[in-house]
Amino acid sequence: MTVTVKTFTSSSEAAAALSSDRNARYLGGGTLVMRALNEGDVSISTVVRANDHALMRIDPSGPRITLGAGVTFARILGERDLAFLHAPARSIGGPAVRNMGTVGGNLFAPNPYGDFTVALLALDATVALQGGFGSRDIPIEEFLQSRERQAGSLVLSVSCTRPTSAEAFRYRKIARIKPKGGSVITLAAHLPISGGRIAGARIALGSMAPTQIRARAAERALEGRSLDAATVAAAASAAAEGTSPSDNALGSAWYRREIVGVHLRRLLLGQE
Amino acid sequence: MAKTALQFRHNSSDVAIFVDGGTNLLVALRELIGDMTPKFGCGQGGCGTCSVLIDGELHLSCLTLAETVAGRSVETLDSLKQGPNLHPLQRAFADNFAAQCGYCTPGMLMAAKALLDRNPSPSRAEVVEAISGNICRCTGYEPIINAILAASGGRASA
Repeated sequence: MTVTVKTFTSSSEAAAALSSDRNARYLGGGTLVMRALNEGDVSISTVVRANDHALMRIDPSGPRITLGAGVTFARILGERDLAFLHAPARSIGGPAVRNMGTVGGNLFAPNPYGDFTVALLALDATVALQGGFGSRDIPIEEFLQSRERQAGSLVLSVSCTRPTSAEAFRYRKIARIKPKGGSVITLAAHLPISGGRIAGARIALGSMAPTQIRARAAERALEGRSLDAATVAAAASAAAEGTSPSDNALGSAWYRREIVGVHLRRLLLGQE
Repeated sequence: MAKTALQFRHNSSDVAIFVDGGTNLLVALRELIGDMTPKFGCGQGGCGTCSVLIDGELHLSCLTLAETVAGRSVETLDSLKQGPNLHPLQRAFADNFAAQCGYCTPGMLMAAKALLDRNPSPSRAEVVEAISGNICRCTGYEPIINAILAASGGRASA
């Protein structure tokens, strides 16, 4: 089956083409859309591309960093200033996938993928979207909750505030195959400390619901407390609350609920 | 449907072909150019046997839209041949019994080349990481890792 490929030089033209055609999909690194085409996905009749350099930009310095939607994981790994994002970037694919897969595409990656988005959700990132009628910034959590309806918009970039210390941001991906493999579960935690107490805890989980979600009960257990054994135990026991994992070849929903607290505890205690 | 004209550098020659919309680079290489060295494995980015270098960077040709390589350089396993002689990586694979059924070998060799081009003396862990996107269903990973280390001049037991 052949599709129509439309290539634009500006992201706004690409966004207009995307929003006017229900069967159009934006092609970033290809790891999702080409895969769908190879599998014979007849819902895609048009592939939209943009050679806009703005989509490739990285702004890695300063307290707030911005990643163009077309930035690959390999490029993030090449940026010393983005060290806090190296663990999630490295956990994706093998080298070829990291040379191809992009930050923007990862926002749309279904389970058991989308690990980088788990990190961005914990960091309370902002997603810049270009629709047919202009651009807007929305919180990543809102974006993920309405992800199905976002297919007609083009993601331009993602931005987030740099964690205040290396300790404040933690990431862990549980896979059966190392160093590469789909996620059984993925966890990220942003734990800003103020006066010895956690202020603004955010825990994000992958493969624990149809999209990446926050573990709000675990966040509440951490908020305003010091990161001691009792607090960690309380957060770990609340980790599965509000989640709705599924069965797949990598693990059952039951198994995911059983292990999420164990891995959250290890993440919070800094254990391997 | 109209075909798109596509020109790029394939190994050491310029090629010009017409592709249907949505054609992936693997199909373009194998069916339109006749370079059968990249293999079709999964078509999903899971196995790595279609790996090629695009402008020196390791990519999966099955997940690359053919027209995105316009004006760029694509190297396949065929680029490693040196007349009647094997490339040092191929020699090392033969010497270390790194190919069993051989289906993953083209991708393994390209992943190894991408590594050694950038890092001529990798550690064992770096070799493992470099081929982590390539699946060998004979599970012959140890000889493959040893072969890449041998080709790099490193010690196979390191």
